[in-house]
Amino acid sequence: MSETLLEINDLAVSFSTQGGEVQAVRGVSFAVAPGETVAIVGESGCGKSVTAQSIMRLVPEPPGRIKHGSIHLNGKDLAALSDKQMRSVRGKQIGMIFQDPMTSLNPTLTVGDQLTEGILTHENISKSEAEKKAVELLNLVGIANPQERLKLYPHQFSGGMRQRIMIAMALMCKPSLLIADEPTTALDVTIQAQIIDLFKEIQEKTGVAIIIITHDLGVVAQIADRINVMYAGEIVESGTVKEIFYKPQHPYTRGLLTSVPRLDGDRSQPLIPIAGTPPDLFSPPEGCAFTSRCKYAMEVCRAYDPAVTHLSDRHFTKCWLQDERAEKPF
Amino acid sequence: MPNKLVEVKNLKKHFAVGRGKVLKAVNDISFDVYEGETLGLVGESGCGKSTTGRTIIRLYEATEGEVFFNGENVHKISGKKIKDFNRKMQMIFQDPYASLNPRMKVEDIIAEGMDIHGIYKGEKRRERVFELLETVGLNKEHATRFPHEFSGGQRQRIGIARALAVDPEFIIADEPISALDVSIQAQVVNLLKELQKEHGLTYLFIAHDLSMVKHISDRIGVMYLGAMMELADSEDLYAEPLHPYTKALLSSIPLPDPDIEESRERIILSGDVPSPISPPSGCPFRTRCPEAMETCAVKNPEWLEARPNHFVACHLYDPNLHKE
Repeated sequence: MSETLLEINDLAVSFSTQGGEVQAVRGVSFAVAPGETVAIVGESGCGKSVTAQSIMRLVPEPPGRIKHGSIHLNGKDLAALSDKQMRSVRGKQIGMIFQDPMTSLNPTLTVGDQLTEGILTHENISKSEAEKKAVELLNLVGIANPQERLKLYPHQFSGGMRQRIMIAMALMCKPSLLIADEPTTALDVTIQAQIIDLFKEIQEKTGVAIIIITHDLGVVAQIADRINVMYAGEIVESGTVKEIFYKPQHPYTRGLLTSVPRLDGDRSQPLIPIAGTPPDLFSPPEGCAFTSRCKYAMEVCRAYDPAVTHLSDRHFTKCWLQDERAEKPF
Repeated sequence: MPNKLVEVKNLKKHFAVGRGKVLKAVNDISFDVYEGETLGLVGESGCGKSTTGRTIIRLYEATEGEVFFNGENVHKISGKKIKDFNRKMQMIFQDPYASLNPRMKVEDIIAEGMDIHGIYKGEKRRERVFELLETVGLNKEHATRFPHEFSGGQRQRIGIARALAVDPEFIIADEPISALDVSIQAQVVNLLKELQKEHGLTYLFIAHDLSMVKHISDRIGVMYLGAMMELADSEDLYAEPLHPYTKALLSSIPLPDPDIEESRERIILSGDVPSPISPPSGCPFRTRCPEAMETCAVKNPEWLEARPNHFVACHLYDPNLHKE
């Protein structure tokens, strides 16, 4: 990899609650190159959304706190910026799309006002220029009659259309990075297919890098170049799409892949679920956090945190099975 | 051919939504559920699949049409017989957080049905609760706890134990796994399959996740805007979908396989589902259908058996239409 757009190093985020400290993200490192799509997959509570929010510095402080680590965007450490400095990054260099298109737009403002709000803040342009730009982007995201639509309110659009508007809004200032947190989860599958196509199209046209957070492995297979699999606040495996789908090395990744039925699969084959439930992040277990649910757990897993093993220049996993002394179960 | 356990005949459920407007949530659908099978109902939000389930179990009165359970019209059952009927048909709900009373102990949640029907009293009641907890993969220590002490997957297991408590024959599962994480979904689906084998249960499995529905169901019905579009054996429906909507739906579902995804041809529908308050004339799908003809706007397609045991409502398969 020659260029790096975003580089996250050893990021840890905690929330202090009445019950104690919740360690939501526990030492996450990864990089994103310009124009590539990186997916973060994992189950609820694994820290994937908190990781994304930290990049945007949207973790509420308090109760949240970036404990340590750095987030470099084009060489600048976002974790060290003041709130005021951060404001010039948010919406300008990084655009964000949220899960629920029904609640992430302001119902009392017209779509035109919301689309132009960001660019009017960040750039020294006139209202009519901003509106021209908004029309351009609504065209790009496939909304017909954009000129008239600017005057409408969010409730006059369907869910799929609102998500298109959100995407247009995130792209207004030509960001180099787009973070999409479960962008299709609230949509029906036929609409989801439209939105995934749209993501690919805008990436081709604008060259924006995308971080997509999702639990849907099918969506990932369609859209991502690389995948980070998160479990209990850590990246347990990372690799190219093909490495993760065809050569998964971490038992958790394998478990995720065998627990979803495939449309083209054999009905008589039972699904192989992952037993148990994720650990409590108030007091993450010693050693590997997946131990209690892992079919292949060994003595060592309970006591010591596994090291990162590199399997190719982009594929790595954190698992004791990679140790040369371990018996290889698969 | 096994017995028909449930027969749904021309069922309609309309809701008045004010100002004289009517929302036709379910609009004239007919199907049968055979003893021991799992019938899957799929469709996008607002297609009427949940309303269908709720009307079958009498959570809603039907606007028109009938539902027969073991030959008896469920919307006409009255008096003492209602209790018997309620025992035989049970429901599992989507949201495991909202469907358990937070003030009741697990034991009382599971046993509520048994208490109402006066089965299993005293020590037997407790034994039965323990047995049910074990059946669904929990243990007897859980009996005295409250719902908030459990995770989503565990709560859904409690909901399943509650449904099983009164020895039902037929269970309607309305999106029982969509609130759960992927790894937990498989646990619950495997449990439902095991229970079906052990207790000879019949399921109506309602969900929007077609991959999961195909995995669990023997036959699948596809709904769109309150109407049934296609109904067939799951393998047939997947291998040879007839209705243009089913074809589009199948091709929209992403496969967890990047090599296949790279070369896959997809049918991407344009536009959104129309409002069920003012549905299009003729075929409800015609506004988004890539193969729509003139007839489609005029005439509602008939429900016909295009292949053996493969039903479809689409003018493309109407033999009378193509003779002309």
